[in-house]
Amino acid sequence: MEALLELLWIVAKILAITIPLIVMVAFYTYFERRVIGFMQVRMGPNRVGLPFLKFHLWGLAQPFADVFKLLLKEVVLPENANRTLFFMAPILTLAPAFAAWAVIPFSDTLVLSDIDAGMLYILAMTSLGVYGIIIAGWASNSKYAFLGALRSAAQIVSYEIPMGFAIVGVLVVAGTLNLSEIVEAQQGNVFDWFWLPLFPLFIVYWISGVAETNRAPFDVAEGESEIVAGFHVEYSGAAFAVFFLAEYANMILISSLVPLLFLGGWLSPFAGVPVLGETFLGQGGIHWFLLKAAFFMFSFLWLRATFPRYRYDQIMRLGWKVLVPIALAWVLVAAGLKLSGLVVLGS
Amino acid sequence: MIFGIDIQLALFYLFSAVMLGAALAVISARNPVYSALFLVLTFFSAASLWILLQVEFLGIVLVVVYVGAVMVLFLFVVMMLDINLDPLKEGFTRYLPVGIGVAIVMAGELLLVLWARDRLGPDRFPAPPLRDADYSNTRAVGEWMYTQFLLPFEVAGIILLVAIVAAIALTQRRRSDARVQVPARQVRVKREERVRLVKMKSEMPAKGEKG
Repeated sequence: MEALLELLWIVAKILAITIPLIVMVAFYTYFERRVIGFMQVRMGPNRVGLPFLKFHLWGLAQPFADVFKLLLKEVVLPENANRTLFFMAPILTLAPAFAAWAVIPFSDTLVLSDIDAGMLYILAMTSLGVYGIIIAGWASNSKYAFLGALRSAAQIVSYEIPMGFAIVGVLVVAGTLNLSEIVEAQQGNVFDWFWLPLFPLFIVYWISGVAETNRAPFDVAEGESEIVAGFHVEYSGAAFAVFFLAEYANMILISSLVPLLFLGGWLSPFAGVPVLGETFLGQGGIHWFLLKAAFFMFSFLWLRATFPRYRYDQIMRLGWKVLVPIALAWVLVAAGLKLSGLVVLGS
Repeated sequence: MIFGIDIQLALFYLFSAVMLGAALAVISARNPVYSALFLVLTFFSAASLWILLQVEFLGIVLVVVYVGAVMVLFLFVVMMLDINLDPLKEGFTRYLPVGIGVAIVMAGELLLVLWARDRLGPDRFPAPPLRDADYSNTRAVGEWMYTQFLLPFEVAGIILLVAIVAAIALTQRRRSDARVQVPARQVRVKREERVRLVKMKSEMPAKGEKG
């Protein structure tokens, strides 16, 4: 009986993470359209509010309208497509995108599973997401979809390497794979966090993260101007919505990993600073984590509104010939910093 | 324990059954893409079994390396090749006796090794001890790898390095007709090399034409 209760408790905790995540994805899409609208000097969605009343509420109900539209649309199965794999692909993309959240520590006490190999687990989950994309491209029986899938697979496999090396640098300095302990190792104010000694790795990780999620300027997997919509060109309705959900969940995941690895997670930037540190600003907590994650979520949109799409060969060049050497070199520097005692943990 | 069932044992049988079923499907599936995907499932189930044995580091590394990278490239190749299955199936019955013979010899050799080292029989394999709550498999693997097994580990690293160099050397071939961009030169370009400003008088509309 006790074990059953424990199981139910775990399920409750999982729901407490996934439901806010889904709601956040919904409003992230609204936010994206508004922010990019603002940056391109246009309105963005601003009409959908309360039904039958004349409240527009700045278009805040737009995500709900989008969700209902997608759920009510027909799911079309292309001719000669592989039925099983076609419907399995969106689920295979979504499941790892959500499963990765199991080890994310939101604050020093709020974490679903505080496992020792947490960082490795995240790497494993993010690398699984590519299967959904490849299978979607192959099962659709469409040239555009297949091209998109191949591009995406090559891109994700390539960018996993600089990403992995950036993480290795953090692990060398922190001396642990446990995400909570990585944050604890950055104890102190903003200058004690890892972004300072590991600055090149911080940048490499962020760029590779954007590339891993197939977002602009690395969105050749979708590449509207070349291959229509890439791997999900044949998907419609609910199946397309699931791909959408997975992509945005992955973006939020990367946006929360950057603060955890390089910007002290839930720690306050003012901790231990003479005057500010004694007020409520000096207290660490989930609000700091959410604030830092929100900044990177915004940066995703900022990048998309600012940069043109990379050409495919330029993406490969950037990954293999620029990011990998920088990351490799800085892992050695990180080891040197650690050995020489220049980086002191938990000051 | 839920309803008197040992969860760990139940999960062990579940993962083992999935793994064996998937492994069988790898060799019996008609479509090579299905075979590759079943191989992914096999690796994943094996990783789950390892995690049940509390060697979570090895389990997750199996997923990262084999499922996350090797099989993706494998799937890549299988999808690109348009394999015609019929000629592959033709020789099945002809080669079946040979295959069975090879399998029997291999199984016999494995059994001989076990017998020679006195590891035959289930009582020779006691259940692994339950670890303490603060046992970290990652730490344990690291400690063994960099102390007791440092030399084998480094030799393995050098062998892998040689393999990488060899693989890259094999793909290095210069083509004389290939057009290559040199990004460093593109970045270095100065305005004067590309833009020429021409001073000229503004054109007047010819007579009879409207300006």
